[in-house]
Amino acid sequence: MSQRDREIILHDVCLRDGMHPKRHQISLEQMVRIAAGLDAAGVPFIEVTHGDGLGGASVNYGFPAHSDEDYLKAVVPQMKRACISALLLPGIGTVDHLRMAHACGVGSIRVATHCTEADVSEQHIALSRKLELDTVGFLMMAHMTSPEAFARQAKLMESYGANCVYCTDSAGYMLPEDVSARIGAARAILEPSTEIGFHGHHNMAMGVANSLAAIEAGATRIDGSAAGLGAGAGNTPLEVFNAVCMRMGIHTGVDVFKLMDVAEDLVVPIMDRPISLNRDSLILGYAGVYSSFLLFAQRASAKYGVPTADILVEMGNRKAVGGQEDLIEEVAIGLVSAREESNRHTGRRHHSTAGQDVA
Amino acid sequence: MERVPCALIGSGNIGTDLLYKALRSRWLQPVWMVGIDLASEGLARARGAGLKTSANGLDGLLPYLAQDGVRLAFDATSAYVHARHAAALRQHGVAVVDLTPAAIGPYCVPPVNLAEHVGRGEMNVNMVSCGGQATIPIVAAISRVQPVEYAEIIATVASKSAGPGTRKNIDEFTRTTASGIERVGGAKRGKAIIILNPAEPPLMMRDTVHCLLEGDPKQKEIVASIRAMITEVQKYVPGYALKNGPLFDGQRVSVFLEVAGLGDFLPKYAGNLDIMTAAALRTGEMLAEEIASGRFDPKSPVAPAAESQS
Repeated sequence: MSQRDREIILHDVCLRDGMHPKRHQISLEQMVRIAAGLDAAGVPFIEVTHGDGLGGASVNYGFPAHSDEDYLKAVVPQMKRACISALLLPGIGTVDHLRMAHACGVGSIRVATHCTEADVSEQHIALSRKLELDTVGFLMMAHMTSPEAFARQAKLMESYGANCVYCTDSAGYMLPEDVSARIGAARAILEPSTEIGFHGHHNMAMGVANSLAAIEAGATRIDGSAAGLGAGAGNTPLEVFNAVCMRMGIHTGVDVFKLMDVAEDLVVPIMDRPISLNRDSLILGYAGVYSSFLLFAQRASAKYGVPTADILVEMGNRKAVGGQEDLIEEVAIGLVSAREESNRHTGRRHHSTAGQDVA
Repeated sequence: MERVPCALIGSGNIGTDLLYKALRSRWLQPVWMVGIDLASEGLARARGAGLKTSANGLDGLLPYLAQDGVRLAFDATSAYVHARHAAALRQHGVAVVDLTPAAIGPYCVPPVNLAEHVGRGEMNVNMVSCGGQATIPIVAAISRVQPVEYAEIIATVASKSAGPGTRKNIDEFTRTTASGIERVGGAKRGKAIIILNPAEPPLMMRDTVHCLLEGDPKQKEIVASIRAMITEVQKYVPGYALKNGPLFDGQRVSVFLEVAGLGDFLPKYAGNLDIMTAAALRTGEMLAEEIASGRFDPKSPVAPAAESQS
């Protein structure tokens, strides 16, 4: 089905999701420069602050170079057209953070919960709506629930006051048919005035394809990151998706060439290492693991001498949800003890085999 | 000594779990449970145990407080509702152990500061939060060895163990827990994070405590202090266990805990219920002992300052 002449709203998250691979160390100057570039390219929404959203500064997720307030105060006044958004995960951030962000002039609040826990977002969504902000419900790890259950959770967020609900593929696990099923189910029961969005990760290289499936199923907002800068193998590369839209006749209002330049000239140079699809990020997608666990698993791997892949797979086995970074070190310790245990057994077996050989 | 008649307000997960523990108490006699849902399982179980019940909330209980001799109540509703309850109960001369994160009264984390509450005649004592009850003892165990600049806790609980009250009050959880970490735990700054995990079978409550110390950790003393504190908590929550740690990394100390419940109402995974209800029960029993011995009369509470002057 042709999507020609559809209008799609792009939302860049390289200055929020991109904080994960940057260990939350993007400088104020870099943030302002990149946001201004995105604004000049015509990107209508730009998200900034800590990778885990407002109030994310912690031992658990990492302390950022600057406070949420400092980032917002630096970026918001520099925007000519773009609306700045902030992410808020109930359980990490509170309505106090939301009020602070509002006072700093954000135009959009995205309240994120695990895909089955929408009812913890009522306070935050209701306040955001009351403050007349663009109010988005953000259902994370959407692959972990059925399309029908996903739609019911979206409906809850709508009932609290969300004017848009996102299907968020935090693990980069979903395939296009998974995206279509969830967004289709939500579209069928949400009010026609409620928008639907899709946030992809590129761990299985499906970011662009999944975003197209989302549009076809009724989504009107798509997240991506310039140069893909985001957790795991990064987000849907926004400049690529924008170019694809242009070829398909989908209107985004974003300048293809200017966005390419922002990605290549401003975002790529700040990367600590290339955002790429490698073994570790592929495992995130394959095993359905929260993308921002990647760096934590790599650090635990270096500290405890167990493979990153084993840690990530075990996080998947334990059905860890977003925010459970504190489980990673424990999982690594558990793998070390399991290995020692198995070495002891192997040692014993080895011993007895040797004995049999002699006999 | 006679058991002190008490009432349970709220018939959700926490109130119902508390019911079972209160029925076993030698200081407390639960006589009433009120809720707002006629069909709630908690109210049905309370009736089965011989309690009087009402589905009209606190209003259903107030007219009977005097005739049934209720001197003590446990409020397991929600922070919003508790503010109203607190005033009404005070007016009726009923002391209250508050299990919501409303934080109107002083915080009580029994192994850390129960003794401080004895003899104070407090009409309202707050139990912080489940995450607070599980982690503040550890922060206190570290801060009694050396100053804690910053303490952060991450509580992960099974979705099934977090009822609608907890969910509506999620901000109150993070705020109240953070302030309990400071005021009772002794950290200069506190932060609390809560994660709900819907995995099946449900996961056991997990708690991580990170403390950033001033100066290098006195490792031996910290380890000994934490072990002693865990033994104290285990006296009333046998399923409270150190899973890993303490891990020392520079000036950071990290402790990983798991809390299994007794399985009174929800199964054992819901250690977050038990640690809250067991702590509330212990606090309620202390108040009951004071009431039974005549040292504390909720009908005419005496301000501690005035008492010491007399």
